Amino acid sequence: MISVFSKEVLDNFRDRRVILNTLILGPLLGPVLFGGLLTFMTKQVAERMEAPLELAVVGAEHAPNLVGWLERQGVIIQPPPEDPEQAVRDEAEEVVLRIPEEFGEAWRAGKPAPLEIIADRSLRYTGTTISRVNGYLDMYSRQIGNLRLQMRGVHPDLTRPIDRRVVDLSTPTSRGGQILAFLPYFILITVFMGSMHMAIDTTAGERERKSLEPLLINPLPRWQIMAGKLAATTFFALATLALGLVAFVFAMGMLPTAEMDVQLNLDFAVAARAFIIVAPAALLAAALLVILAAFAKSFREAQSYVGMVILVPMIPSIWLMVDPTKAETWMTWVPLLNQNVMINEMVRGSEIPLAWYGSTFLSTTLFALLLAAIAGTLYNRPKLIFASG
Amino acid sequence: MIEASHLRKTFNKGKVVAVDDVSFSARDGQITGLLGPNGAGKTTTLRMLYTLLAPDSGSISIDGIDPQTDPLEIKRRLGVVPDSRGLYDRLTARENIRYYGRLQGLGKADLARRVDKLVDILDMGEFIDRRTDGFSQGQRVKVAIARALIHDPRTILLDEPTNGLDVMTTRSLREFLLRLKAEGRCVVLSTHIMQEVAALCDRIVIIAHGRIAAEGTAEQLLQRSGQKSLEDAFVKLIGSDEGLLA
Repeated sequence: MISVFSKEVLDNFRDRRVILNTLILGPLLGPVLFGGLLTFMTKQVAERMEAPLELAVVGAEHAPNLVGWLERQGVIIQPPPEDPEQAVRDEAEEVVLRIPEEFGEAWRAGKPAPLEIIADRSLRYTGTTISRVNGYLDMYSRQIGNLRLQMRGVHPDLTRPIDRRVVDLSTPTSRGGQILAFLPYFILITVFMGSMHMAIDTTAGERERKSLEPLLINPLPRWQIMAGKLAATTFFALATLALGLVAFVFAMGMLPTAEMDVQLNLDFAVAARAFIIVAPAALLAAALLVILAAFAKSFREAQSYVGMVILVPMIPSIWLMVDPTKAETWMTWVPLLNQNVMINEMVRGSEIPLAWYGSTFLSTTLFALLLAAIAGTLYNRPKLIFASG
Repeated sequence: MIEASHLRKTFNKGKVVAVDDVSFSARDGQITGLLGPNGAGKTTTLRMLYTLLAPDSGSISIDGIDPQTDPLEIKRRLGVVPDSRGLYDRLTARENIRYYGRLQGLGKADLARRVDKLVDILDMGEFIDRRTDGFSQGQRVKVAIARALIHDPRTILLDEPTNGLDVMTTRSLREFLLRLKAEGRCVVLSTHIMQEVAALCDRIVIIAHGRIAAEGTAEQLLQRSGQKSLEDAFVKLIGSDEGLLA
């Protein structure tokens, strides 16, 4: 079994494709993608919030006070486009403010004066601009409202029957956990990616090369040959996992966390705990993929099966992203879901019951061993051995 | 020493009969040839001998051991060059052979000595430390034979060993097989090529449609069929000339 293991490892280390895919691209994909994306997003949002707002105003002459106030707030008033609706549709302007003729009349009569914000809300990048315009208008509206009440001798607080405050117990770390909600998904994908090539190469690949039949003529119980292959596959999965976690720690360390007012609880101590929690999933992934690939006659056929199974770890991750629920004990007994839950809790920095570590590790290991045992019996089927027929 | 009696093997739940009723024996110090057209059941018979398939009925005994009761012991005693001779392209020839040696449980020193000896006998010095990617058919067969014989087995099974080899390589392979015979080993090879059995084999077992059509030395077969050439004898004995052109 050790001979099989060391041969498979040596064999695959000689394959540049494996090294590139499994040990370089696999671990780097997640961190680089997410590090880059997050940095970019933070920068964009900051830029949009801080850059002076440029606002095209139609009918500025109908509300000179409002326009003057906006200018004092630092808004740069632009001349109106000829056809405001068309300008927005053409995306020449993000937002156009239209002040109708009847604005002054309504204002003087003490009625709500009409204003139109012309925008296309389906364009996602206009969201920030619309809310900034709304923010300015709300502020102006409140100031004028308060002034009007004070002139009539009414305290403005009367219009504020409730003084509501949110007591936010989130910490920079737990807010960071929100950002890291994608982490379990990427970690599990890394594990599956890491074992994929190896699982196919040692089973379907061996069959395609016609080296499986001679291999099985050696005096070794068949389950031991399979165990050696599984061990090698798991080894690669673990290597990919370790490299991926290290890459994540570095990538997240480079994020502008201070600007986002969060702290990412992903140092080497957390990464080490995550490694232990996910390690049984490496065996699980290896066994699952080996079982599938063993049924395939060729490398390509195996790839198409395995490509679909790689979606499996996504299901719990996506479920938790779409419907974030409270972590419960039963979740820690469901393999793959428990890794998701545990990593999420870890990066939020919350206290995790020791029993949860136990149940996560135990349930995943048991399930993985069950799959491994199934894999071990596969080569007792003549159908899976012979390259033809 | 191999004794096989009344072997039967079917596939697809009995719908395809690959081997119907095959009995033969192969003695030490002899080369036994399984001759038959393609699809006659030669490979299936060999696979039952080297334990990868279990016969539906019938019995096998190799040096007195039943492959079904002690498959690992049988595998230690057999050297097999099967129909599929896949090598690991990313490993050198030496690494390929060494891998099988380790699986056979050979120690390091033993293994190195055996490899050197086989390199010498099979004349592999030129390419033994090159990766097998890009090897010629002849070189591949040599590596496949070397790894099958790494543990110095007494009984050797070869499935169509000369398939795809050129004349020169075939010649040296025959010499090698005769050498194994001279060392007192039991050699069994399957083939569909008449000249091969004529040139090599002490005993010929003709298989057709999963049954033994005839068994004996070349002279005995000629006598029994009343023909002058082995080829005619073969056609007469299997009852058709099917597969001869393959």
